[in-house]
Amino acid sequence: MKTDDFIAMLANGAEPVSHHVAERRFALSMAMGLPLAFAIVLGFGIRPDLLQVLGNPMLWVKFAFPGSVAVISLLLALRLSRPGMETGSLPAGLGLPVLGMGVLAAVVLFQAPPQEREALVMGSTWQVCVANIALVGAPVFVASFWAMKGLAPTRLALAGACAGLLAGAAGAVVYAMHCPELDAPFLLVWNGLGMLTPAAIGAALGPRLLRW
Amino acid sequence: MADMKANEQRLRALFLQGLDGNSASYQAFLKGLSTHLRAFLRRRLSALPDDIEDLVQDILLAVHNQRHTYRPDQPLTAWVNAMARYKLIDLLRSRSGREALHDPIEDDLALFATNDHEAADARRDVNKLLQQLPDNQRLPIVHTKLEGLSVTEAAAATGMSESAIKVGVHRGMKALAALMNLSMKATT
Repeated sequence: MKTDDFIAMLANGAEPVSHHVAERRFALSMAMGLPLAFAIVLGFGIRPDLLQVLGNPMLWVKFAFPGSVAVISLLLALRLSRPGMETGSLPAGLGLPVLGMGVLAAVVLFQAPPQEREALVMGSTWQVCVANIALVGAPVFVASFWAMKGLAPTRLALAGACAGLLAGAAGAVVYAMHCPELDAPFLLVWNGLGMLTPAAIGAALGPRLLRW
Repeated sequence: MADMKANEQRLRALFLQGLDGNSASYQAFLKGLSTHLRAFLRRRLSALPDDIEDLVQDILLAVHNQRHTYRPDQPLTAWVNAMARYKLIDLLRSRSGREALHDPIEDDLALFATNDHEAADARRDVNKLLQQLPDNQRLPIVHTKLEGLSVTEAAAATGMSESAIKVGVHRGMKALAALMNLSMKATT
């Protein structure tokens, strides 16, 4: 087929197209993924003292740390899903919550007596934290890959990593309703690893799953 | 440079009208775009001259299938350039990546600086690839995109529902892109 005929074929009967497909796909994927993530945490059980600790600022830090990572990685995912969009200051923005958490963790460790420092980092649930966050984030992982698959990422490993980070961060936010830990050093290390693990899996899967 | 800017503005205006459903503007956009793509690829694919027209068609179909990812406040050049690079690198990698290694494709935005109206024949025949699609994708494409029937007329002609016609065109064009991609990588 000659290119001119091919062009005529493409243009023939071309329907109007919305400019907001990317936003809609990600909104839908969050609407599917987050309730499923919550359902998994209900299976684990909500921490029984949740109401008592609502007044503890560390609970809100615990939501805000992965929450801000989730919001930034969602904005980044939208950009990486569209060809030729610059990522701008968003990657640097991801460093801010990590930096804030790092400073807080350092202060807590510095002020604690040396014999208590290990417990502040390891908590009582470090063996399960990373795997649980990844599990809770799994529905968001699938949903955000689905959202990207219908768009056109051109940097596939990066896009996959971003979708994975979004899943890990969303998983950490929802998992915070179950997890009993409230110490900044623990949250930095284990929530951080819980977010990075799905990101690494996403980076590995992106080039295979997101091709178009 | 002034030309590039004028080309960007002209093509972008046509494209935006096309996204609103104006088929004539959309066709003019694709036609203009094809001349820039051809010149762009001729510079970068000098070792594979027979592949140029096939890849022009590949990229045009990618632009068509992914047109919902364009943001109206984004430079059209950047959007098209990213897709053209993606498709070009994909092809070079499948051809053992010799050229890709020697000649890294710089991230330039000069896509609209040159054009080339001389289309060689595409090696691959899209008509033959269309035959490989299942009927529920092939018939909607043949009726609405080749014969120019409306969705309603195509529904009447095939006994399919109007939404099945639309879905069939949409999925069929994606499947066609995959077939075109495969056939391009298979030829050496």
